[in-house]
Amino acid sequence: MGSQGSSGRESVFLLAVLVSTMVLTPTLAIHVYTDREIHGTVGSKVTLSCTFWSREWISDDISITWHFQPEYSRDSISIFHYAKGQPYIDNVGTFKERIEWIGDPSWKDGSIVIHNLEYTDNGTFTCDVKNPPDIVGKTSQVVLYVFENVPVRYGVVLAAVIGGVLGLVLVILVIAYLIRYCWLRRQATLQRRLSAMEKGKLRLGRDSSKRRQPPVLYAMLDHSRLTKSASEKKSKGGLGDSRKDRK
Amino acid sequence: MLLLLLGIIVLHVSVLVLLFVSTIVSQWLTSGVRVTDLWQNCTLGSLSDVFHCAQSSPNEWLQSVQALMILSIIFSVLSLFLFFCQLFTLTKGGRFYLTGIFQILAGLCVMSGAAIFTVRQSDWHQPSENLSFGFSYILAWVALPLALLSGVIYVILRKRE
Repeated sequence: MGSQGSSGRESVFLLAVLVSTMVLTPTLAIHVYTDREIHGTVGSKVTLSCTFWSREWISDDISITWHFQPEYSRDSISIFHYAKGQPYIDNVGTFKERIEWIGDPSWKDGSIVIHNLEYTDNGTFTCDVKNPPDIVGKTSQVVLYVFENVPVRYGVVLAAVIGGVLGLVLVILVIAYLIRYCWLRRQATLQRRLSAMEKGKLRLGRDSSKRRQPPVLYAMLDHSRLTKSASEKKSKGGLGDSRKDRK
Repeated sequence: MLLLLLGIIVLHVSVLVLLFVSTIVSQWLTSGVRVTDLWQNCTLGSLSDVFHCAQSSPNEWLQSVQALMILSIIFSVLSLFLFFCQLFTLTKGGRFYLTGIFQILAGLCVMSGAAIFTVRQSDWHQPSENLSFGFSYILAWVALPLALLSGVIYVILRKRE
């Protein structure tokens, strides 16, 4: 009996914990998301994306701040601030005239672009969003690495070579089969014409009717260039003749 | 006839085994304390008798060697498959052109892979390390003439009942 009671109490306690976590978690209400790591080349631009999720409506008092902590440095400096619908961009420090605001708070986006990257931009960028009264939440950090040229990712060449060669072989096979198919078909039609012609000739030869030969000759003269069509007509004429002869 | 067929298949399978072994086994370059291959880079620890392996360098040429070795295996397997297909479908007196072409392609792939490795191997390690070519590398070169030979046999061979 006692044990049952204790288990019941435990379950109630568990339920309380569950409910409290479910209710209490949202009080940590603003969530900010950035990439973990981003690579860029010297002189190019890089987009530092920052999105957030807030329980509250996006108020007019929303503020977005980007901090920058250079590599091997403990100090963090503020490089961008957005407040009261107005972006304020660093115009004295190292990022002077290099930051562009591309975000839109109403779309829960606080991204910036850094142009003309330098080696000194190596470091950690922190995105911080406050949406009063929703101000409790973690910031999110992205580490920027600036390279002379971004190294080729492992496996890209491998995949490209394998894919390329296999694709090439496939294309060649398809072309070869198409050519062979066309050639066989042409050969077959030629064969048919030839056999038809020979039949006609045989019939003609057997009958040796001089009366019907002139049309054939005319046809040959008319289409002297297109020997094929001439031969066709010839064969057709021959067939026609034979048919007539049969009658 | 059956003996010939068996011989061809044995030749083909041995080419395949050579290709697989040379691609997988970690013995392309060896020295006393160091073994490298297409995929990893192992060094004998100074204290223990354990090899410490790291992924090989992402050098483009090394990647192309890897790709060519894989391609040669693919082509050789495909060729064996096609051989069995053609064995049953080909008309009497026909030649195993398709099988032979793929086997020759496999041979050419191995050749270019091994050639690239020979020329470019100094790109991904220091030349001072006094490495010599290991048995996987030799097997790759042995696979080349065998693959070409079996390819040529396929092309010459006529099917009989």
